[in-house]
Amino acid sequence: MSIKLGVPSKGRLMEKTFDWFGARGVSLSRTGSDREYAGAVDGVDGVELVLLSAGEIPRELAAGRIHLGVTGTDLIREKLGQWEQQVQELAELGFGQADLIIAVPGCWVDVETLDDLDAAAADFRARHGFRMRIATKYHRLVREYLMDAGVADYQLVDSQGATEGTVKNLTAEAIADITSTGDTLRANHLKILSDAMVLQSQATLFRSRVAEMSDEDRAAMAALMATLQLGD
Amino acid sequence: MSQKAVIKARAAELSAQFQAAGAVPVETPVLLPAEVMLDLYGEDVRGRAYVTSDALRGEQMLRPDFTVPVVQMHMAHGAEPARYTYAGEVFRRQEDDAARANEYLQVGYEVFDRENPAASDAEVFAVVQAALGDVPVRAATGDIGILAAAVAGLETTERRKKALARHIWRPRRFKALLDRFAGRTEMPASRVKLLAAEYPLEHGFPDIGLRTQDDVAARIDWLREDSEMPAISAMQVELIEALLNVRETLPNALEHIRDLAVDMPAISEASFRLRDRIAAMDARGVDVENLDFEASYGRTSMEYYDGFVFGFYAEGRADLPPVATGGRYDALTQVLGQGREIPAVGGVVRPGILVDLEDKA
Repeated sequence: MSIKLGVPSKGRLMEKTFDWFGARGVSLSRTGSDREYAGAVDGVDGVELVLLSAGEIPRELAAGRIHLGVTGTDLIREKLGQWEQQVQELAELGFGQADLIIAVPGCWVDVETLDDLDAAAADFRARHGFRMRIATKYHRLVREYLMDAGVADYQLVDSQGATEGTVKNLTAEAIADITSTGDTLRANHLKILSDAMVLQSQATLFRSRVAEMSDEDRAAMAALMATLQLGD
Repeated sequence: MSQKAVIKARAAELSAQFQAAGAVPVETPVLLPAEVMLDLYGEDVRGRAYVTSDALRGEQMLRPDFTVPVVQMHMAHGAEPARYTYAGEVFRRQEDDAARANEYLQVGYEVFDRENPAASDAEVFAVVQAALGDVPVRAATGDIGILAAAVAGLETTERRKKALARHIWRPRRFKALLDRFAGRTEMPASRVKLLAAEYPLEHGFPDIGLRTQDDVAARIDWLREDSEMPAISAMQVELIEALLNVRETLPNALEHIRDLAVDMPAISEASFRLRDRIAAMDARGVDVENLDFEASYGRTSMEYYDGFVFGFYAEGRADLPPVATGGRYDALTQVLGQGREIPAVGGVVRPGILVDLEDKA
């Protein structure tokens, strides 16, 4: 057995994660061909690298199939109920910053706040006969946020990609999505509500609270934490 | 006997008690069309109910309660007056507390009767209370209709009243709106700017989406109009807040509400209904002298109730959900009846919790 560390398998998130571990004396690398999802760990013993889609890392942590995992706080909170009981946040890695926001068409000059959105939703429903559609893939987070804020007469419609385009395509009236710079929103003629930050997310190292460990694994985990200078 | 069999047997006893009180047993489907439920309860219901789907019927919801299917059944082919009872599983999604059941039995008693609402309210309360037997419970009661009447009676524009009435079940937004209409909070800078703009629709953004520039212009007109309206007076806001804070035994609450009605005549009718209900409950042997009344009760958890509301809670067991709840839902029958309506009041018991409490007794 060994400690399994789940890391996003692609792109910037993977590279930045490798850099973060590298700067702390743990070298992570991909092995084999570019297309093979296999990796190596140097600098500590008993740790195995598992390359996964960032979206699957919350589930794998909660199932205890990996001991550690790097993923966004947004994905952990969206996918895991009572997430604090399933995983422990060990360190924010300082990259992958993204805000989960609510955006509406720029041409809605009367809508700047949640209060406006709620009022516009009531009018919209009265006029069009159905609840205002908000496109998102973060159903749970957005629903809980809007419920807490007391917004009514809206519905969430699923959008797993190109969410910013849904308004122009008339499949939604507003969106709730992750943004880092806001460029895509502007390009799609959308603006962010000024008081509706659903969640601020960044890449974070999580530890599974349920993954089984042998004595050997525990020693390897302690050694890894010491190398990374993370307290328990 | 397995625990489930014990609970089912208890449910059958409750059902027999409700039948003895005059209710006809009815069955409803487990899978309900999600659209109807979503239109009624809004997106929030997705957080509480399981939704599934197939390619033919679209989204279906696992019955989160019996009220909607029973009302639909009654509106479709019920004779008046009617009393129904049902027993079966309901399903509730649990995302924040793994200890709470996501599937449990409910046994209900519903009365559809136009004649004497006070008597029907009292009947449902008394029948449900009797069904709980000797289990130590604390009862809470309230009346959403009093708050609704207070809102309707505010000296302000219809549109403001409508906005407040829409959020009676969302206390946070209700308070934010009341504060704004009363001039207690400053207008957001973005709105000040919008109202000051001479040509707000010259914004440089392309017109996208279903909500048109006419819709936007109409709302700006209303915001302008509203900004020129006088604020709701401090006295009226204080009266509403005093009403929301009423929390006493029923006779004292009635007295308090009657005092408030002197300055808030709009709640007089509602206070008479409360008085009649207390008399009807007393006539049924309910100990009204010691029954609690909270004007805010039922505002957060019982969206479709619009009049009398009640709940029974196990003494000293704040960890348990209520063992029984109920209330009046006249407006729901209006929505589901598409023009037709029938005053309705009902209550449900959770035999699982009842058995739990009886075991401990």
